Amino acid sequence: MNNKNQSSNSIRTVVATGIGAAVIFVLMKFVAIPTGIPNTQFNVAEGFLALLAALYGPVAGGLAVFIGHSLNDFVTYGSPWWTWVITDGLVGVALGLIKNRLNVTGGTVKTMKLVWFNLYQIVVNFVAWVLIAPTGDVLVYHEPAAKVYLQGVTSWIVNSVSVAIIGTILIVLYSRTRAQHGSLKKEK
Amino acid sequence: MNSQLLIGYTARDTFLNRLSGSTKLIGFVALSIIGMVTYDTRFLLGVLLISLILFHFSKIKYHEVAFVLQVIVAFAILNLVMVYVFAPSYGITIYGTHHMILGSPDHYFNLSWEQLFYEFNLLLKYIFAVPLALIFLMTTNPSEFAASLNKIGVSYRISYSVAIALRYIPDVQNDYRTISLAQQARGYEISRKAKLMTRAKGAVQIIMPLILSSLDRIEIISQAMELRRFGHNKKRTWYMAQPFKRNDYLALIIIVLIVLIGIALFKVNGGRFWNPFK
Repeated sequence: MNNKNQSSNSIRTVVATGIGAAVIFVLMKFVAIPTGIPNTQFNVAEGFLALLAALYGPVAGGLAVFIGHSLNDFVTYGSPWWTWVITDGLVGVALGLIKNRLNVTGGTVKTMKLVWFNLYQIVVNFVAWVLIAPTGDVLVYHEPAAKVYLQGVTSWIVNSVSVAIIGTILIVLYSRTRAQHGSLKKEK
Repeated sequence: MNSQLLIGYTARDTFLNRLSGSTKLIGFVALSIIGMVTYDTRFLLGVLLISLILFHFSKIKYHEVAFVLQVIVAFAILNLVMVYVFAPSYGITIYGTHHMILGSPDHYFNLSWEQLFYEFNLLLKYIFAVPLALIFLMTTNPSEFAASLNKIGVSYRISYSVAIALRYIPDVQNDYRTISLAQQARGYEISRKAKLMTRAKGAVQIIMPLILSSLDRIEIISQAMELRRFGHNKKRTWYMAQPFKRNDYLALIIIVLIVLIGIALFKVNGGRFWNPFK
């Protein structure tokens, strides 16, 4: 029985990765608001990523955004900007790690958990966009530090805001549609 | 909106179409990685030239890719301007000499040949892979792409995820358009005429149904795949997989040679930069 559950979970991960990547691609392409600094957009996709990762875990979250982001880079910029694509994948993994803690499928998520989730995502985005991505750009692409760190800080802000607003709304709305854990009582 | 979606596979009768997807994938990844690291102008120009020649042979028409190319060039220029604004004497730091055009190195804003040369290299790095990427996207059948990912060692589950993504992007796009039109018919304004907040609210009204229907879709597809025993065996075969032919081996040898030249140039230049100013 246990074994069977595992295999159906892994199929769901494969499908969630694929469909998630397709949705992320479409959102990045059509629902992105430019910030005025080249190559940084306010991405609704990051908010969706938070829900996807919270539902299907780190593997699906990380791979979905990795695939979606590289496909989007392919058709927008001609070739993927690898450092940022990989960083985005790491963000997906990090957001997926709190799947069990957040437990979206177990009914309405409490306010305290949401606050905790948002603090966590701000830290994750900080590490990813202010530390990892620009440093990668300096090391790999040899771009001037001032430029890439400005892009990094901007991305940190817009991505955190995207997860904080859209991600939180999505998580709350989704969890409301699930039956509360322990909401059924045995009749006496 | 349609003009953005035109990039896609169509069957063309060229040798590039007949190469196996794995060869093209290895070629693209190998060249884009070596081009990402190197700053040798001669090497970048050489690769750009080769990819332009390949592009010519691929029989892809310019008007098919014109829109995408314009966007790419616009972003490249924006980036170059930004690099200049933030680090106008970065070239001098890298190449160690200063041949001034305007101003002196003591001022923040100055213009030197070194800076121009550095930005020219950057431009090459931004665009040299574009023809390759276009060739790769437009001559590789998406189903074969998944098969070739599996062939070069990516696990078949991940390859299958990629296949699902490529297969469902048009569907999700259609959903997006349908939902968007339906919500606009109900009075949600998302065009530029509306205020930012109204637009944001309109966007949320589109995204919600899109995401919820996508989550449903995940359930439906994974159940269908489970019924068909996906993931039961350690390996799977691919209907679209292509065996390597003579031309594939030839192409791979050429790719390896180009990469080796790139690596050899690191040794010759004593680093990633080719310095003509010495």
